[in-house]
This record gives sequence, structure tokens and C-alpha cells, in this order.
Amino acid sequence: MSEKQQDGPRLTFPHPPARPGERADFSSLDIPEAGALDVPPPEIDSIASRPYANGMIRVLNDAGEAVGPWADYVGQVSDEALLDGMRDMMRTRAIDTRMLNAQRQGKTSFYLQCTGEEAIGVGFQRQLQAGDMNFPTYRQQSLLVAAGYPLEALMGQIYSNDFDPLQGRQLPIMHSARDYGYFSVSGNLGTQYVQAVGWAMANALTRNGQIAAGWIGDGATASNDYHSGLLTASTYRPPVILNIVNNQWAISTYTGEALGGARTYASRARGYGIPALRVDGNDYLAVLGVAKWAVARVRAGHGPVAIEWFTYRVAAHSTSDDPSAYRPKDEARSWPLGDPIERLKTHLIARGAWSEERHAQTEAQITDEVRTVQKEVESHGTLVDPQPMSSASILKGVYAEMPPHLIRQRQDMGV
Amino acid sequence: MATEILMPALSPTMEEGTLAKWLVKEGDEVASGDILAEIETDKATMEFEAVDEGVVGKILVAEGTEGVKVNTPIAVLLEEGEDASAAEAASKPAETQEDEDGTKAATESASKPEAKAPAKAKSEKAKSEPDAGAIPEPDWPEGTELKSQTVRECLRDAMAEEMRRSEGVFLMGEEVAEYQGAYKISQGLLDEFGAKRVIDTPITEHGFAGIAVGAAFGGLNPIVEFMTFNFAMQAIDQIINSAAKTLYMSGGQMGCPIVFRGPNGAAARVGAQHSQDYAAWYAQIPGLKVAMPYSASDAKGLLKSAIRDPNPVIFLENEILYGKSFDVPVLDDYTVPFGKARIWREGGDVTIVSFGIGMTYALEAAGRLAEDGIEAEVIDLRTLRPLDYDTVIASVKKTNRCVTVEEGWPVSSIGNHLSATLMERAFDYLDAPVINCMGKDVPMPYAANLEKHALVTTDEVVEAVRQVTYR
Repeated sequence: MSEKQQDGPRLTFPHPPARPGERADFSSLDIPEAGALDVPPPEIDSIASRPYANGMIRVLNDAGEAVGPWADYVGQVSDEALLDGMRDMMRTRAIDTRMLNAQRQGKTSFYLQCTGEEAIGVGFQRQLQAGDMNFPTYRQQSLLVAAGYPLEALMGQIYSNDFDPLQGRQLPIMHSARDYGYFSVSGNLGTQYVQAVGWAMANALTRNGQIAAGWIGDGATASNDYHSGLLTASTYRPPVILNIVNNQWAISTYTGEALGGARTYASRARGYGIPALRVDGNDYLAVLGVAKWAVARVRAGHGPVAIEWFTYRVAAHSTSDDPSAYRPKDEARSWPLGDPIERLKTHLIARGAWSEERHAQTEAQITDEVRTVQKEVESHGTLVDPQPMSSASILKGVYAEMPPHLIRQRQDMGV
Repeated sequence: MATEILMPALSPTMEEGTLAKWLVKEGDEVASGDILAEIETDKATMEFEAVDEGVVGKILVAEGTEGVKVNTPIAVLLEEGEDASAAEAASKPAETQEDEDGTKAATESASKPEAKAPAKAKSEKAKSEPDAGAIPEPDWPEGTELKSQTVRECLRDAMAEEMRRSEGVFLMGEEVAEYQGAYKISQGLLDEFGAKRVIDTPITEHGFAGIAVGAAFGGLNPIVEFMTFNFAMQAIDQIINSAAKTLYMSGGQMGCPIVFRGPNGAAARVGAQHSQDYAAWYAQIPGLKVAMPYSASDAKGLLKSAIRDPNPVIFLENEILYGKSFDVPVLDDYTVPFGKARIWREGGDVTIVSFGIGMTYALEAAGRLAEDGIEAEVIDLRTLRPLDYDTVIASVKKTNRCVTVEEGWPVSSIGNHLSATLMERAFDYLDAPVINCMGKDVPMPYAANLEKHALVTTDEVVEAVRQVTYR
């Protein structure tokens, strides 16, 4: 190569800190101290939100103590309320573990875990009210668990048997539960982000007092929908919370591919004129605090807010994925923000509200509860032991009312 | 030498306009590029510049005149040194040039612009609909009062009536509010309903289709205007994967009552990326309903039905049809049901099936064929999903021959689908293979003569009918 060419423009190709066989390395991450940021006024604008978008809101320090202004902001939470959150996180993880195993045994075709990200959905859902609507990705099952969605329905959907509220029409994990504030999951990434903005516009136009929450992963922020969602939210200012779950990996695609030259995903949202915060997503108290603040802001009519939840996808992308092909096997163990369940446990023990024994006991109880429901649901059919859905279900819900040609098809099928 | 200044065409589809304002007066010197007048069309107001330099000899059409046909002389430009008599000569028909008192005639002509100005568009029965008496099953009771309205007016009226009827109905899209619509379909809606219900959007079809889908999920009834359906390609994921499928995927929990509407198909000389007919694309999708009206009354009645429908509806309009006038019933609440074809003309020799602008060729062809003693039955499908198979099949059982007409491409077309359906359900009644008259299998070229070749023509329909009738 000539000297001239070497001086010319050069492309960059983002690469992760470590590949398989190398040592996991997160040393380049700038992780601020817990308690470093204050609580902004609810009407904050995008310009003033700069420190929150570039920094990171954290409450629990390494010793498990809740510190700083955000600790005060969520301070009144009772031990029992925190334990409810703990149990929902443990329940989510138990379901993930058992559903993964069920897929490995051929009982279902597909599953997606959210291991390491449980705090985000569980903490966020706690701050919503009836009628508020999440537009989740396929990795937000923690929202559903925290909303009290029956385990029978949740697992029935995975097994696509007669416990399935969606009557066998949708891929496993693509739940849909209107009454639990969980919009139908779209397998096409991102579509629901801009729909959340539209739903929130409908909320504002009808003045029903409800809000919407869009969810997107770091990888899908590269999609059109993310950008149109931020733009339209910024233009019309409806009551919507735009969540970005940055779990560092989009299947094998390193987060730097979607981040480009931006400092954080939150800072990119600021560029659209939306105030944004970045949060330690593995810190249950930080999640509770920021979700409370964000819900209050948008419900009061101060306009949209974007939140980057900083976390790490511990499990494979899905049951079709093998992460050992693209990242160090032990990378999750090196994640500097730890495990959300472990961190809350440490905090509760430090508070005197919990103990290792009670934790182990609860874990056993939850496993037992999940296993019992699983057995019951599996008795109604799995892929190994299929019990067909009613064939009539195939023709339902194509249109609001069944058109004549589908009625004829149903008659032809004899159902 | 004096030259006539002609009424300019501001777009390839413009046929007439309003001479809103003269910015020069007789006797003014003008240079090339000077603004002579403001011309208004139903789409826009534009300034009209002088091409040559000279002196304005005479103004032939007074300002404020409506319905001035393109290419009508509107003024006379004199070269330096010429006097008004030259203007007279240029503006008068040949036989009056011998008039001795030329100056007087010129004055009269200038002072009576209405003498030369064309009649107002509304009083003109321009290209009015074919013989309505031939409609065997009218959509309105006999004796109903009718008035002549354009497709454009009917679309606006349909939206306005439904917006008055239900608070949840609102319109969004590019240029729909302040600009009154890129094709002036939303004229007056902003004034009546305000910015909350007539919403200008950023230029992102994907984005505003997405928020509208979200608002429909949230219980409102959005009408999304695409400036053309070609631009809706950007929003196709929202339309197909979300709007059409979510009711099904959610086990019936979340439906999407929404209308996507806008011009579809070829206009005139807008090239490959602005001329596509999407009828067959959308008609393929379970979960969507698809309407493609031809007449003004159908545009109104079907759009009102579409807005009330709890399902997502694709409403395919046509830029060339916007300005066409038809008889429209004067009724408080006129709706047309989906899935019911309209027989425009009865006949026993051949069935011609079409929809949207294809009806123009179908009806023209039927008229010409009748002169040769071939009586065609002409069916307008009106909606493509649901599609009124029964009316088509009943007709083919009577005529034993069928020709389909549409502007879209030949592969996997509506015509192909009808051919297959007739083979399945009326095979024994067919005396000839069904012929699909289609657009050519090429992207739309720009040049006028090439574009003409690419589109389906009346000649092709006539020829197809001769083939299937062996005449």
C-alpha cells in the first residue's frame, strides 16, 4: 500500500473487547460510582439530561448498600415490596431454566431466556398502573411475571396447547396479554417501538390517563422503527417511555455495531430532543427509582423520556444460538455490574430482611411451584406428546368477523 | 410578431385551473422570467413566468376566472414596436381578422373575458359517467336526487362525514393539514376538525404508519394518507406484519381498525417509482381488506364503509380519476358494502371484469364493441378483498366468455386469480380461454409514447373481446 493510501480515509469495524479463547475484558467500560447522580426535575429537557444520558444511575454499591439521592427517592419501599420483586425475578429465572430444558427435550420448538436482565422488567412493571401498555420485545417476560400473568397461560403459550390463550397461532415466547399490559410481541424487531408512540398518542387524544412503554434491544436500535419512534415521540410528545435494553449482544453482533460513534444509546435519544437517562439495569433499586420517576414524568404530561438499561445477556440469544462461537465462555462472570438477584439479595441481607437460608428456601419453593404448573400444563400436550388444537382455531381472528369464505372453509373442514 | 400566452399545465395531469391573479397589466413591458400571473389548480397555487420578452398587448382571460383549460390563450405578448392591433390579430380567429374596426373588437374582447373563458368546471359534464340507466342494480333507491361530484370531493366528504360521526376518526399523513393534501383530498378538514385530528407528519411513511397502527391498537380509527402508495413500500412491514396479522397473532385480543389510503397506479409521466399498481399485492394478504373504487359515488360509499370497518383497509385511489365527475346520490349517509361488485352495463356476449381506472378502458371498449353488435357485460369489482366472485361467475355462466382489465403487471395479477377461479368454478361454461388485459411486464418508462405502450389500452380490450368471441 502506498503512503498516500495510508493517509486517506479509513473505515472502522467495531469489535468486541474479547472473542472466544481470549480473556473477557470489560476494563474499557466506564462504570460510575453508585449514588453519583442526583434526581432531575420531572420536566427536564433533553439538553439538561446530558449528565444522566452519559453517566449511569446506580443505587446499590458493591457492599449492597443503597446510596445517594436515588436511594432517598425510592427510600420508602418496604422490605416486603422488595421481597416481592426478588421472588418475581427468581420466578422468571426458574421459568426460563425449565422452559430451556423443555426445549432441549423437544417439548417445544423454541425459547428465549432473559437471564441477567430480570430486574428491568420486574422493577419497571411495579410502577405501572392498570391500562398502561408495554410494547415488549421477546425478552421481556419479566414484565409479564411481575404483572401476575398466570403461569398456566405463560407456559401454555410455549407449549401451544389448550392452555394457550393465543390458540396455537403464535411462536413460543411471543406472548400477548392485553389485560396484563403486555402487547402482542412482534417477531419483526422494532415494529412495536413506534406503535408504542402511536398508542400513547391515542392515550393523550382520549385523555384516558394511561401511558405506553416501548421496548427495544440495543441491536434493533439500528432499525427504522427505532429512529421513527424517537422522532415522532419528539415531535408529538405523547406519554411514552422509550426503553432501550442494552445487553451488549444482538445474537453475535457486538453492541458497538449499532452504537456507532455515539457515546451511549441514551445520548442518541437526546439528539432527537428527548431527555434520556442511562441506568444500571442489574440494580433493582435503580430500576424501581428510575421507572417511578419516568412514569410520573410522562403521566404528568411532561413528554416522552428514553431510558437505556445497561445490562448483560447472560444466556444464549435463543435456543437456536451458541454464544461460545462469538464471545468468551466466562464473559458473563466478568460483567462488572454483577447479577441482579445476587445484588438484591446482598442488599436485603444487609438490611436485615433476608438471609441465605431464606433465599435457598424461597428458591426451592419457587422451583416447586413452577414445576407443579409445568407438569399440569405439559399434561395437556407438548411437541413430544402433541394434543392438537381445535382446527377451528386456524380460521378465527383473521378478521374481526369471520367472512363467508372462511366460514365455508370451516364447514369444509368439518369443524 | 405578437405571440399568444397559453394557460400553462403545471403538472402532467392538470386539465384546467383558475387564473387567480394577474401580476402585469396591459402595456407593461416584461422580460423573460418575470412573473405574469398566479395560477391555481386543485393541487397547488403556482406563479407563471414569462418565457419571452415583450409588452403585454392584451389580457384575454380576466383574473378570478375558474376552469380555464390548459393551452387556452390567456394573453397576447407584443414585440417591441408592435401596437395593439397586432394583439388583435393574434388573438382573433382568422375570419374576424378582416374586421375593419379591429381596435374596437379588441377592446370588447378584453372587457368580456367570459366570452373567451371556458365554462366553470362544475357546470361541465366533462367525461361524465357512462349511461347510468344501464345499471341493473343501482346502489341507491330510484328517484334519489343526484348531483355531479368529482372523486376528489367525494373522498373528502366521506372523511368529513365519518369524522363528524365519530371522535375517534382522524387523518394523518404528509401535507394533509396545512397544505390540504398533496392532491387536495383533505381540503377544508383542518379548518373543521383542527390540528388534533388532521395531523401533518414528518416524512417517514414507516414512522407514521407505525404510530397510526399503534393508535388503532389503542382504540382510535386512523386514516393514513400516503402521498402515493409507491411510498407505502417503506411502511409495508407495519401494514402487513403488524396491522394485518396482530388480531390473529394475539388470539383476537388486539385488532387494528385503520384505513390506509392514497393514489395508486400510474398517473402521467411520473416514471417507474411513482406509477405502480398495488392491487394484487395487498389483495393477497389475509387480514387486510382492499377497495379500489372507480366512480365518485363508490369512492364515497366505500371509504365510509372502510372507516367504520374494524379491520385494516387498503383504499387504492387513482390520481387521474380524482378530477372526474360522476353522479352521486344526495343522501345523509351513503355507504357501499365491501364484497359487492357493480354491473355497469349488461350484455350477453362477453363479460369484461375490471376495477379502478381499468374501468375506463373496459367501458370505452364496451361502447366501441356495441357499435359492432357485440354486447359486453361490464363488471366493476370495487373491492378486491373481499371479492365478489358470485357476480363474476353468474355473468360468465350467461356470456361464456371473460376478459379482465387492470393496469398492474401480468404475473400473479387479479386477472390471473379470476382466471383460475373461473376455471375451477365455471369451467364447463367457458367457450374460450379467459384473457387478462394487463400493463406490460416492465417498470413504467417516462417518455410519453413509451408510457402509453406500457399501459393497458382500450384497443387491447377490444381485441381481446374479439378473440374470445371469435369475431
